[in-house]
Amino acid sequence: MPILKRLLLRLVTTFVTLFGVAVIVFVVIRVVPGNPIAMMLPPGAGEDDILRLKALYGLDKSIPEQFLIWLGGVLQGDFGTSITTRQPVLELVLSRLPATLELSVMALIIAVVAGGILALTGTRLRGGRVEAGIDVANGMALSVPDFLWGLVLILLFGVLWPVFQISGRVSPNIDLPFSTRFYLFESVLRLRFDIWADLVSHMFMPALALAIPLAAIIAQLLKQSLKETMHLDYVTLARTKGYGENHVIIREALPNAILPTLTLVGVQFTFLIGGTVIIERLFSYEGLGNMAINAVINRDLPLIQGIVILFALIFTMVNLLVDLTYAALNPRLRRG
Amino acid sequence: MSAFLTIEGLNVSLSGVLPILRSVDLAVHAGEVRGLVGESGAGKSMIGKAILGTLPRALRIESGRILLDGEDLQRMRPRDRRRLIGAKAALIPQDPLTALNPARRIGPQITDRLVDILGWRRRAALSRALELLDEVRITDPERVMRAYPHELSGGMRQRILIASAFAAEPRLIVADEPTTALDVTVQKQILRLIRDMQARHGTALLFVTHDLGVVSKICQTLTVLYGGLVLEDTTIEEFFAAPGHPYSAALLGATPKYTDPHGSLTPVPQSVIDAANAQLDAFDRARRQ
Repeated sequence: MPILKRLLLRLVTTFVTLFGVAVIVFVVIRVVPGNPIAMMLPPGAGEDDILRLKALYGLDKSIPEQFLIWLGGVLQGDFGTSITTRQPVLELVLSRLPATLELSVMALIIAVVAGGILALTGTRLRGGRVEAGIDVANGMALSVPDFLWGLVLILLFGVLWPVFQISGRVSPNIDLPFSTRFYLFESVLRLRFDIWADLVSHMFMPALALAIPLAAIIAQLLKQSLKETMHLDYVTLARTKGYGENHVIIREALPNAILPTLTLVGVQFTFLIGGTVIIERLFSYEGLGNMAINAVINRDLPLIQGIVILFALIFTMVNLLVDLTYAALNPRLRRG
Repeated sequence: MSAFLTIEGLNVSLSGVLPILRSVDLAVHAGEVRGLVGESGAGKSMIGKAILGTLPRALRIESGRILLDGEDLQRMRPRDRRRLIGAKAALIPQDPLTALNPARRIGPQITDRLVDILGWRRRAALSRALELLDEVRITDPERVMRAYPHELSGGMRQRILIASAFAAEPRLIVADEPTTALDVTVQKQILRLIRDMQARHGTALLFVTHDLGVVSKICQTLTVLYGGLVLEDTTIEEFFAAPGHPYSAALLGATPKYTDPHGSLTPVPQSVIDAANAQLDAFDRARRQ
C-alpha cells in the first residue's frame, strides 16, 4: 500500500478510536459514584441549590444529551470549562502537556540508550559473566514497577545522598524567560544552561524511574534478537571478509535485530506515558498526570474528559510513529 | 612447489570431548581445485570454517597448524589473522537466500571488504564491483547494486555472492556446497560459472560437497573424509578409475550416474561402515596413548 493511503487510513482509524474513548470515558465518569456537585457544596446546602448547580454545569440533562452538547463544543475546538478552576479545559491541558511530553521523551531516551548499551555489551561479551550479570539486572529492573523505582530513587538520591531534586519541575526561585512551556527544550535553544541544569536535576529521577523497566525490556529483547542474528549466514560471511566482532554486531546484526525491538518499544512507550500519572504525583511534577489525579479527586468531569482524550491522541500518534519508523528501517516494507 | 594452503595434523573437538576433525592433513596449491567430500557430519564444512576462522564457539582447535600463504594462522593476533583471511581467502556460502544481509543494499555488500579491509578507494571498489557483476553475467549491474536482496532471485543472489568472493582477487576460495540450496536447473549454470571464474582468475578452490557428480565436473584433486578423518587424498582420475579406500569405492557405487540414470544404486554396505568406524576407533586409541 502506498504510504499516503496508509497514512489516510490511520487518520480515519485514529478518529474512530478517539470517538470510542470519548464515549466510554464520558459515560463511565458519570455513572460511577461521586459527583462534582457534592464536592463543591457547602455543608447544609438545600435541594434547590443542588438542582441549580446541576443546571449551571449542564448535569441535569440525560447522558446522551450531555454527550452531544460536549461533542458539539469539541468540534468547534471547545472542550468545556474546568469545574474546579473555571478555566477552559483546552488551555489547562495544553499548559501541562509540554511538561509530560518532556518527561516521557527524556525517559524514552534514557531507556533506549541504557537498554541499547546493555544489549550490545551483553552480545559482545556473550556467554560470560558480564552477560549473566546483565540478565540478573534485567530481571530485577523488570520485576519492580516504576513507582517503586521512584521511591527507591527518592531514598537514594533525594535523602541518603541528596544530589537531585525530589519535587516539582523547576526551582521556584528561578525566573523563566520562556515563551513556550517546553522549558527543557527552550533552555537549550536560549543557551540558558543554568536553567537547563535545574530542570534536569528535577526531571532526572522521575524520568529514570519511568525508564528503568523499559530499559530492561529493550536490553532483554534486543540482546536476544542480536544473539539469534549473530548465527546467521550473512554475519558469518562478513567475518570471513575480515571484519571483527564489534563491526559485525553493529553493522550486520543490529539493523536486522532492531526491528522486533522497535515494535515493542512503541507499545511499551505508551505504557510509560500511562506511568507518568503516578510518577508525576510521586515527584509533585507539574504535568498532565498530576493534573489528571486532581481532576479525578475533584470529579472535574470536563477536565478528566479532556485529559483522557489527549492521552488517547498521544497513544495513537506514538503507534503511527512506530509504524512509520518500522517501514523506514525495513527495506522489505519500503516499496509496494 | 609449496602449497598456498597447508593444514597439518589439525584436531578440532567439541569442548575437548567429542573429536570433530581427527589429525587432518590437507594441501591446496595455487590454482588447484580440490574437492572435499564426505557424508553429513564428516566434518568437511568444519575444515572450511577452520580455515576462514568461523568455527562455532563451542568448537576448539586442539592441535595442528593451518598455514595460509606460509603464515601460521593460529600464531597470529586475531585482528591480523582476520585481515589476512579477508585479503587472501573468500567464501562462497551454501545458501544464497540467507547469506546476504536483508537490511543492506547489494553494492556495499560487495565493495565493503575492498574499502574497509583492503583500503581501496570507494570509486575503484565500485567500478570493480560493476565489472564483476558483469563477469558473472548479471544484466543491468547498476540497478542490482542499488537493490536489496529480497528483490532478487536465488540464482541472482548466488551469482552476486560469487562475484563478491572474487572481488578481492583472493588466492583461495572455499565453496561450501554452493549449489545445494539451488534449483537443479540453476545448479548447473552456477557450477559452470564457478569453474569459469576459477579458471579465469587462477584462484585455488576448496570445493566442499557431498556430490561426487559435481566433483567429477570441477575438481582436479579430492580428499575423502569420514568422521573427521581423511581416508583418501588422490587425484580425480585415480579416484574414479581405482578408489584407494573401500569407503571411497562404496561412495562411488552409491552415486547416481548420468549415463545410466535408471541403474540401481548400492548403499554403502554395513561392512564398509564398520571397517571405517573401526579405523576411527583405532585412531582415537592411538592418540590417547
